[in-house]
Order: sequence, then structure tokens, then C-alpha cells
Amino acid sequence: MPAVSKGDGMRGLAVFISDIRNCKSKEAEIKRINKELANIRSKFKGDKALDGYSKKKYVCKLLFIFLLGHDIDFGHMEAVNLLSSNKYTEKQIGYLFISVLVNSNSELIRLINNAIKNDLSSRNPTFMCLALHCIANVGSREMAEAFASEIPRILVAGDTMDSVKQSAALCLLRLYKTSPDLVLMGEWTSRVVHLLNDQHMGVVTAAISLITCLSQKNPDEFKTCVSLAVSRLSRIVSSASTDLQDYTYYFVPAPWLSCKLLRLLQCYPPPEDGAVKGRLVECLETILNKAQEPPKSKKVQHSNAKNAILFEAISLIIHYDSEPNLLVRACNQLGQFLQHRETNLRYLALESMCTLASSEFSHEAVKTHIETVINALKTERDVSVRQRAADLLYAMCDRSNAKQIVAEMLSYLETADYSIREEMVLKVAILAEKYAVDYSWYVDTILNLIRIAGDYVSEEVWYRVIQIVINRDDVQGYAAKTVFEALQAPACHENMVKVGGYILGEFGNLIAGDPRSSPLVQFNLLHSKFHLCSVPTRALLLSAYIKFINLFPETKATIQEVLRCDSQIRNSDVELQQRAVEYLKLSSIASTDVLATVLEEMPPFPERESSILAKLKKKKGPGAVSVTELEDSKREGGELNGGGDRGQDTATMAASNASTPSPSADLLGIRSTAPLGAAPASAGSLLVDVFSEAGPTAPSAAVNDDGFLRFVCKNNGVLFENQLLQIGIKSEYRQNLGRMYLFYGNKTSVQFASFTTTVSCPGELQSQLNVQTKPVEPLVEGGAQIQQVLNIECLTDFSDAPLLNIKFRYGGALQNLTLKLPVTINKFFQPTEMTSHDFFQRWKQLSQPQQEAQKIFKANNSMDTEVLKAKLLGLGTALLDNVDPNPENYVCAGVIQTKSQQVGCLLRLEPNAQAQVQHTDSPERVSHNYSSIPNFLHYLSPYSVNI
Amino acid sequence: MIGGLFIYNHKGEVLISRVYRDDIGEAGLKAEQPIISRSVPKPVSCLKRNAVDAFRVNVIHARQQVRSPVTNIARTSFFHVKRSNIWLAAVTKQNVNATMVFEFLYKMCDVMSAYFGKISEENVKNNFVLIYELLDEILDFGYPQNSETGALKTFITQQGIKSQVPTKEEQSQITSQVTGQIGWRREGIKYRRNELFLDVLESVNLLMSPQGQVLSAHVSGRVVMKSYLSGMPECKFGMNDKIVIDKQGKGGGSEEAAKSGKQSIAIDDCTFHQCVRLSKFDSERSISFIPPDGDYELMRYRTTKDIILPFRVIPLVREVGRTKLEVKVVIKSNFKSSLLAQKIEVRIPTPLNTSGVQLICMKGKAKYKASENAIVWKIKRMAGMKESQISAEIELLPTNDKKKWARPPISMNFEVPFAPSGLKVRYLKVFEPKLNYSDHDVIKWVRYIGRSGIYETRC
Repeated sequence: MPAVSKGDGMRGLAVFISDIRNCKSKEAEIKRINKELANIRSKFKGDKALDGYSKKKYVCKLLFIFLLGHDIDFGHMEAVNLLSSNKYTEKQIGYLFISVLVNSNSELIRLINNAIKNDLSSRNPTFMCLALHCIANVGSREMAEAFASEIPRILVAGDTMDSVKQSAALCLLRLYKTSPDLVLMGEWTSRVVHLLNDQHMGVVTAAISLITCLSQKNPDEFKTCVSLAVSRLSRIVSSASTDLQDYTYYFVPAPWLSCKLLRLLQCYPPPEDGAVKGRLVECLETILNKAQEPPKSKKVQHSNAKNAILFEAISLIIHYDSEPNLLVRACNQLGQFLQHRETNLRYLALESMCTLASSEFSHEAVKTHIETVINALKTERDVSVRQRAADLLYAMCDRSNAKQIVAEMLSYLETADYSIREEMVLKVAILAEKYAVDYSWYVDTILNLIRIAGDYVSEEVWYRVIQIVINRDDVQGYAAKTVFEALQAPACHENMVKVGGYILGEFGNLIAGDPRSSPLVQFNLLHSKFHLCSVPTRALLLSAYIKFINLFPETKATIQEVLRCDSQIRNSDVELQQRAVEYLKLSSIASTDVLATVLEEMPPFPERESSILAKLKKKKGPGAVSVTELEDSKREGGELNGGGDRGQDTATMAASNASTPSPSADLLGIRSTAPLGAAPASAGSLLVDVFSEAGPTAPSAAVNDDGFLRFVCKNNGVLFENQLLQIGIKSEYRQNLGRMYLFYGNKTSVQFASFTTTVSCPGELQSQLNVQTKPVEPLVEGGAQIQQVLNIECLTDFSDAPLLNIKFRYGGALQNLTLKLPVTINKFFQPTEMTSHDFFQRWKQLSQPQQEAQKIFKANNSMDTEVLKAKLLGLGTALLDNVDPNPENYVCAGVIQTKSQQVGCLLRLEPNAQAQVQHTDSPERVSHNYSSIPNFLHYLSPYSVNI
Repeated sequence: MIGGLFIYNHKGEVLISRVYRDDIGEAGLKAEQPIISRSVPKPVSCLKRNAVDAFRVNVIHARQQVRSPVTNIARTSFFHVKRSNIWLAAVTKQNVNATMVFEFLYKMCDVMSAYFGKISEENVKNNFVLIYELLDEILDFGYPQNSETGALKTFITQQGIKSQVPTKEEQSQITSQVTGQIGWRREGIKYRRNELFLDVLESVNLLMSPQGQVLSAHVSGRVVMKSYLSGMPECKFGMNDKIVIDKQGKGGGSEEAAKSGKQSIAIDDCTFHQCVRLSKFDSERSISFIPPDGDYELMRYRTTKDIILPFRVIPLVREVGRTKLEVKVVIKSNFKSSLLAQKIEVRIPTPLNTSGVQLICMKGKAKYKASENAIVWKIKRMAGMKESQISAEIELLPTNDKKKWARPPISMNFEVPFAPSGLKVRYLKVFEPKLNYSDHDVIKWVRYIGRSGIYETRC
């Protein structure tokens, strides 16, 4: 590219930048920028034409201001103008501004695309390159749409300059990465592949990046590249360091190209063609040989370049995994690196060896380096290298060296970094389990592990020990003995106490013969740790105690004493208190036979995948899949130990039973018989429900009349509930107006999409009731609640109820629900107080047939005065005392408020206890027939006065 | 109580750091740091460093400007005030009285400026020994102590160590003064001429709608005094406070009440210098005090009713097409024509895409300041009941930005020789029973200055 000529140095820009840099404070900087912006604006005003140079200068300043973090909202047009300049520097600044500042939806994009097209079709290679760079830098979909078809043509055209080809290849790669669907190679494929044969190494390097990316998506189309790549590689590898001139980097011929070729080959299986394969093996051998040669330069760049190729070659060898000879040689080469001065090399060597260890051919070879690796684990200064060393040890472990490796890892654990301790613990636990021949060794190892790094021992690890001990008869006695000894340490980790409590509770009898570990000694030892432990551990210990009562009847009195003391039986923690109370009762009531049955030894756990492995996988995350995959493949060869996944089991228990904080400590499995506190009442039943005594409500009916009826006499509550949705209601009424709040609660953890609710008034209700609402949010997040407000106006008397229709999408399925909204005429009642005299005077006035309604209905259960009163008040009327001469009767009065009129209403309820019949008179002072009042009195019947 | 006090420059470098308690910088602040894998107890300097860094990272260098003066980082509270480019931050882990902390910080600013003038980075650096000395005196284990400049100056001086050791009497005098009831004045002051200066300084704030409707207005004022009086004089200050005058009016003749009631003002709230006897103010609403020697601020007050607005700004903005804007602003002075307003400055904001401005004004000088995106019109002097105008033609550059110009308000600065709140000093009496000078012998000077605070008119 032509260098910026001296005369083009923009002095104004330099002055501006130095001014900005000299600003003492933010405020001063902003002032300077404002001044400059005003200056540029006055220059861009358009009344006088600017020459290219000043245009370039001002655009440059704008760019600088933008990069300082200020908004630029003008100057785009000037930048676009620069694109059509014939001067390189002006064009370059124009493209720079556009690739930094112009967003894809700008209206200028058409002009820009036009300018780019012109440059692409020009014969000037530097202009073409600039255009290609701009396309790649913007890299938007619009760019891809406009130029995706053009660029491959430039790439493969015979007369394109090499530098343009390079840019075109990289530009195409960028477009392919952003919008692969628009870059269609089809016809170009073979010609692109043949770029590997190009004379110019730069073109090959650029093209190979493109080919690697393309062949990862559709390997078959680009299969032909393998043989080309191999021949190219062999030419480079066999060339003398001087052959490639410009592309020789510190005596290494074309290192970048070599690495890329090797990486491309890693996308494909070993070549089937014998000749090609032979040539490739030859290349790889040459690379390995070259690594042995003395370095041609002391410069670090030389060795870096050489090693880069070497590591890529080793990755390829590992990828093929079919050449034992090469694998072993690679392993030896890496072995040398393990002791190299360079930390990065040691790191890479350890990392590569990890993968080598998984190959059957090189596993043995890797094992020879065990001492070095152990040494690395101990002496490396960089934690990341130590981590790799630990990974490698884990990978190279098999039955022959398990004891050594586990011992080393354990001893390292004492000094290990906190960040990798948990992982190390898991690894030790897995190795110890997998390669255990002798289970006493296993138990020792794990107890050691807990002793050394108790804080980092996760639940899964100690669950696993217990699974194994329970499933293996031969180790139980030893385990009990070891645990007992371990517990004698003055300070031992809580996890140790857990294991100890569990194992002694199960198998304490196996060591009870020894007077040094008599039952009472065992108990006292465990109990001495009790007060230092957390609640879950204490719960576990309590269970261990009850097991002791079963195992050693002689300890019964002591243990009962302990359980009976206030700190247990009145513990503030519900779980502990419950256990103490239950165990005490169990031990004092149950006969020995019952005790023995209930507190029997735990049955063997079912075989399941080790939860520790799952945990390790989770911890490693997707970044380190290779190691865990390797783990899986090795497992099949290794011995599967007995034992199930108790960890998971208890986890689910924890989820299902919220009142049990320490399910893992539940030794006895009597949880189901335990008198658990009442299950937490569902939210619905907590709400005060006047009719709740009528029986449980059916929660999920399609069209819910039931919910509707319950709301005749109350305003708040749950209208509807099913597995997905809960609808709550809160409403208030004043005169003929009402406001209802509907609460839609999403009971799931998934969001409801396109959630819509509509309220409709069917038939003539439309003219009787006016319901207004606003639409709700279309999305209801999982567990969230949204609210909707309905404004209701009663125009005139009505008997029907408005319908609420709810539609939403739950996990793709459309849910549709229609409910009756509990808006009844009685909601618009206003209670009226009146004296006995008034009441009966009015009552008598209402003598016409259509002014009166009478209903006799049965009650289901006994009539409770208070309940009845509450219901009648809920109806909205005033309950009048001392009005009716018969005190048994209930008398009510109220005024129904509608927009058109107000209607007084009197009501008398005459319960007849003997005949269990109720009798209601409801004269109304209305001019026309009121059918609805008796109707909702009818609603009352099934609830209030069930006979 | 205050755990520590730091002074930062604008780059976030610590200039002064004084830690009174070790609790700051512990526990929570550790979480701000990257993973620390060593459990070795950290030295105190390290604790301090955490707190220092936390404030720098989270407040001074915060991506978004921190507006709240109190910031909570990892259960540690940082109270800060900013003076020009200097940040003062008090740090505490406890639940302290925030107003106490801020009062202390303000007091500390006062003390520092009384000792070395403007609080700037250079001044702080030049006086850092003095600042530490002051901090030792005014804050003890995080509890604020006597921070009265007059008292501090008796024993913390800038002259370096005095050559002669103070006599016993001098020492005991300092002790009794610092610990005594009247901490702000020492005994035995003598002047040949007993003089007294009283300034009423007010700043008037206004927000007005384009139609001339007052949206909000208030005056915040200060009574600043300078006294050169001998002995321990007892002073009594009286002004046209509505409550006092109404009370007197009830006692005295009704025609006097009517006459003076017109001129009296309603004070919304006020605060006093510590020398004022508050009990007397509460019971009689009279302001009596033994004044400190030299400069001090006797009281602050705020009024919102019957404010005399010295200027009225009438804006006229007309948009002529997309590329032109015409602005005309008229200012009218609204006070006695015998008085002269000074230092008048009108600031008319311009749109962000202004590409050129033409200005015509009848009086004063006007200039388009691109760096501030505003037209600044300056008039040196202007008498009352006058009017003047400026017209500007603003050329705009069309942008592809659809954002409309927000039209910020036109603001104004001025200085007038009267109190816009209407406050009048009625009397200032001096009694000194021990020495033989009376109220008449004291020379008293009174001055009123009204300045603009935020004086804005929407356009």
C-alpha cells in the first residue's frame, strides 16, 4: 500500500488531538470538542465547496471525537463523498469512517454500496482491497446480500492480483461467518480448493482459513483439499529454510501456513489413498525429526514457530490415533518438553499428553513420565500448569499406578491451591474408587481425603463412600474401625463426623467386641462431636443414636437420657426436635422385634452411575469435554464398583419434602410414617372462604360455575385454579359502579406467551352491564403474576354474568379457558337500616304478584346462626335485628343501585329447624318483574342452608 | 462513627488518607478484589487499600456519574463531597447519622479554606502536614470534635513551631477556651475602633414559563458578619421577620403594625451560627449572641413568598425551516430606577447542530460560544425599569438524526444592590457591660447584595 505522503500529514488534526490530550479535566475536553464540532459544522454548511484534503481532515476529526465516546450525527455524507475520491488517503479515511460509524440501516447504505461496487470493478488493486476490507469490517447482512456473489468471482478470477485475492478470501470468510446462507460456494468450490496450489504463499494462507471454515460445515464438498494440503505441506516441510524467502520466519519455512494446513487436515479422517497417507506420515516424521535438530537460532521466535508446527502435528497424530509409531514418538517429544525451561511449553506438553494418555497406543508411553509429572505437580510455580499436571495424572492413572498417583495427589492436596481443591478431591475420590482392588485402601484414602480437605469434600463424595461400604460386606468391619480411629482426633471435619455417624450406626457392632471401642465408648465419641456440628449432621447423629439402641441395648438408657434432654426434645430446629421426640418414643414404646425391623441395616444400594463423575463433569464444563469423554471410555474397561446413587435419591427427597432439611441424614426411611406437620395449606385454601365448609372446591373445571357461586356473597378470593394458572379476584362496589381486580398467576416456571383475556357480556347483558378493561401484557413469566382491572357499571337489572375468556400459549399448546365472572345483581346492594315498623309497612305495600317472590328450599346440614348471618351480610343487605317478631327469622333490607334506577329490596329468611326447610320471602318494590333476586337466593341454597 | 477519611484528586489518587478505625475495608470489600486464595490475615494497610480502591473504582471512575452523595459498597458507606476537582470521602462501616457526617465534611471544608484558601490539589499537597494536624484535632476516633476555625487557630498555626514555649497562662487559656462554654471567642480581645460589618447576601432562584408564569421561585440568603469588637460583647440582631413584627404589632399600636406588616417578610426556614442562643430564639424569636471574632456567617434562611424578581426575560423563538432559527430575547429590569444592577449575563442555549450565528444587540456584548453551545450576552451595568433586547439568527446543519432539540431554558446571572426577599435589617445592638463603650460607639456597616442563583426562563 502506498505510504501516506508527507504533504498529507493533517496538521489541524494533530493540533486538535494534542489539545484534547492536554485537557486537564473532563469539562475542558467537552468544551474543546464542542468548539471543534461547531467549527466542523460551519465548514460543512454547504455554501462553499470543500477540497478533498479538508474534507478528509474534518472527517478524521469527527472519527476521533466519536472514538472518544461522543455522539456524531453529521458528516456521513462527506465521508461517503470521500469514497469517490481518487486519492488513496482520502478514500481510506472515507472507508474507515464508514466501517466505524455507519450502521447498517442508514439510508446512506445505497450510496456506500454503489461506491464499493465501483471500487471492486476498478482495476486498481489498492482500491479493490480497501473496498473488500470495508465489506469485511462492516460484515453486516446487507453487505453479504450485496456482495456475496461478487467476491468469489474476484477470488478465483485469473487476472486478480495476489493481494486482492488474499483480501477477497478473508472477506468471504467473514461474510460466511456472519451469514452462511448467503455465501453459496457451489460452482466455485473446486476452484477455491485449487487456490491451495497457488504460487503465492499469502494467497494460500488466506485461502486455507476460508477452506477450513467451509469444510467444517460441508466436509464432503471439500474432500479434495486433503491431498492438495498434504502435497503443499510436504513441499513446505521438505523445503530448505531459504526456499520460501519472504515466507520464512526465523529459519522456519511458512510456519503459519503449516499450522493451518495441519489444522485443516484435522477436520478429516486419515487419507485412504496409500500414497497420500505415506506422504503425510513422512511429513509428520520430518516435523518430529526437525524438533530434534539443534535450533538454528537462539531467538525465541524461532523456537516458537517450530514448536507451533510441532504441536499442531502432534494434535494431528492424536486425531488420527492410528500410527503407534508416531504416537510414541510424539509422546517422547512431549516428554522432553516436560522438563523444558519454558513454562508455556511445559503447559502445552502436559495438555497434549492428557489426550495422548487416552490412546491405547501411547498410554504406556505416557506412563513412563509419571515421575516428571508428579514433580511438576509439586514444583511448578504456575497454578494453571499444576492443574494440567493434575489432569494428566488423572488421565494416565490405571490399576498399576493408582496407588502411587492417589498418594501423590493426596499429599499435594495439602498444599494445593484453593481454586482447584474441589476438583482434585473429586478426582482422588474417583480414582480411588475405580482402581481399588483392596477396599480397605479405598476407605483409608477417602478418610484421608476428608481429613486433609474436608471443606472441599462435596456431599457426593461421602455419599459414595457410604454406598460402597454398605454394598461391600468385606470392608464394613475395617471401615468401622478406621472411622472410629479417625474420629478420635481432637478436631475432625464435619464430613468425617457424618461418615462416622453413619458407619458406626450401621456397623458399630462389628467393632464392639474390642473393649477400647465398646458401644458406650463409641457413643460418647460421637456425642462429643455433636455440639460442634451443623443441624443436618446433628440430625444424622440422632439417627445413628437410635440405631445404637437397636445394636446395643445396653446403651438405651444413656441415649434416651440424651434424647430427653431439653436441648434435643425442645430444640428450636423442627427437624431435630421431631427426630428426638420420635426416636425417644420409638425406643420406649416399640418392642425389640419392632425396633430390629425398623432399624434394620440399610439394604445395598442399586447400581448406578457414580454421582461424583457427574459432578466432575459439571464442574469441568463444556470446555474440558475431552477429559470427561476419556473418562467415560475408560470406565467401560475399568471395574464398576457396587453402589448406587444415594446422593441423587436424597436430593429428590429434599425437593419433594420441604419440611426435611436433611434428607441425606435419614437413615431409617421412616419418613413416610412420621407424623409430619400438616402439609402447608395451598394458597387457595388460605384465603378466607365463606363457603369453605361446604366441602373442597373442585379446582379445575372447564367452565367454572362452582367458583362463580362461591362469590355471590363475597368479593375476594380465588376464582379459578389449575396446574398452570391461578386467578384471584379482588373487587369493590360502590353504588352502581364496581371495580374488579383480576390477578393471573403463572404457577409454572415457563412463561405464557400471547396471553390475552377478553371480557364479554353475552346477549342482552350487553345493554344491562358495562364492563371496561385494558388489555394485559402478552407475556407472563414463570411464577409471575399480572393484574387486570375491570371497571363495571350496572346500567339496569341483569340476571346473566359476564364471561371471561383467557387464551395463552403454554409450551406451544394453546390453552383456552372460559369463566363466568362473579358479577351478580346483589353486588350493587346498598344496605339500608330501618325499624320494625317501617319494614312491615313497606312489606305490606308490596302485595302485587310480580313484586313478590317466595322460595322454599332445603338445607343440607345444620343451620348455624353466625354462618347464616355472615352470608346474608355478604349478600350486601343490612341485617335487621329485632324486627321480626320471631327471633328465629332473619330480616334484611337493601337498595339495589343501577344507573337507571334504584330499587329497594326486603328479604325474610325463615329457617324451619324441625322440618329442615327454609322459607324465603322477598318482596320487592319494583315496577316490573324482578326475576334475578330469587335467582341468587337460589345460589344461597346449596351453601348457606344445606339440609 | 467515621472510620476513615480520604481526600482524592480528580484522577482518583489519594492525597490524604486518615484511618480512625480498622473495620473499614474488611470482609465485604475483599469481594471486590479478584479471587484471593490465601487466608493469611492481611495487614492494616491492605484493609485501607481496599476501601480506598473501592471508592475510586465505584465512584470517581464509575462509568455513570454517581449522583448520590452516599455510596454503599460491600456494606461500607462512603459519604463524599466534591470541592472543584477534589473529592472528600468519609468512610464508615457503622450505621452513622449521615447528616452528622456531612456536617463534619462541610465544616472540614470550611476549616481548610480558612487555613489555606481554595481547596485545590496543589493547596492540599502543599499543606498536607497541616491537614493531618487539623484532622487529628477535629476528629477523634471517628467522633467529630471542636471544628471552630477561631478556636483552632489559637493552637494550630501555619507559622511553624513558635520559638518560645507558651507561658502557663497562655496554655491554660487555650485549654479553658477549647473546653469552655464559649468555644468560639477568646477573652481579652481589644480594639481601638469597635467596628462591625454586616452583609445580607441572597441568591434568587427562578424557573419561569415562556408565558411569564412563575413555576418556582425561592431566595436563599445568608447574613455574613465581620466583627471587630472588644471584650465579650452581647449582640442583638433584628430584622423585619413577620412573626416578630406581628407580635410587636399586637402589643403596640395597630397603625404601626399595619405599616410595618407590609414590609415584613415570611421566613420559611433558617439556621444559625452556633453562637446564637437558640432558646431565646425559640421563646422570643430574638437573635442574640456573643459574636466570634472576625468573619462568620450568622444565619442562613430561605423565603418563597413575595419575592422581588429583579429581571424578567421574554424569549421569542421561531423556527424558519429546517436550517434556520430566529431567537429574540428581551430583558426588563424590575426595580427602582435609582439602583444599578451589575454583571448581567444572559445565556441562550443553541441547538447542537448550529453551524453559524448572527447577533444583534442594543446594549452590551454578545458572542456565540461554540464550546458551551450557547450565546452569551453580557451587560456591565443596567439601571432599574429599563429594557434591552438581543436578536439572533442561528443557522443549522441538517442532520440525519431525528431527535428534536430539547430547548433548554435561558439562564441569567446578575448582581443587584438590594435583597430580593425584601429582608431589612432593623437593628443590631451591641452591649458590653464590662468595658466602657456603648452601642453608639460601635461603627456599623450594612450592605445588601442580591445575586442570581439558578435563574431560568423556558423558551
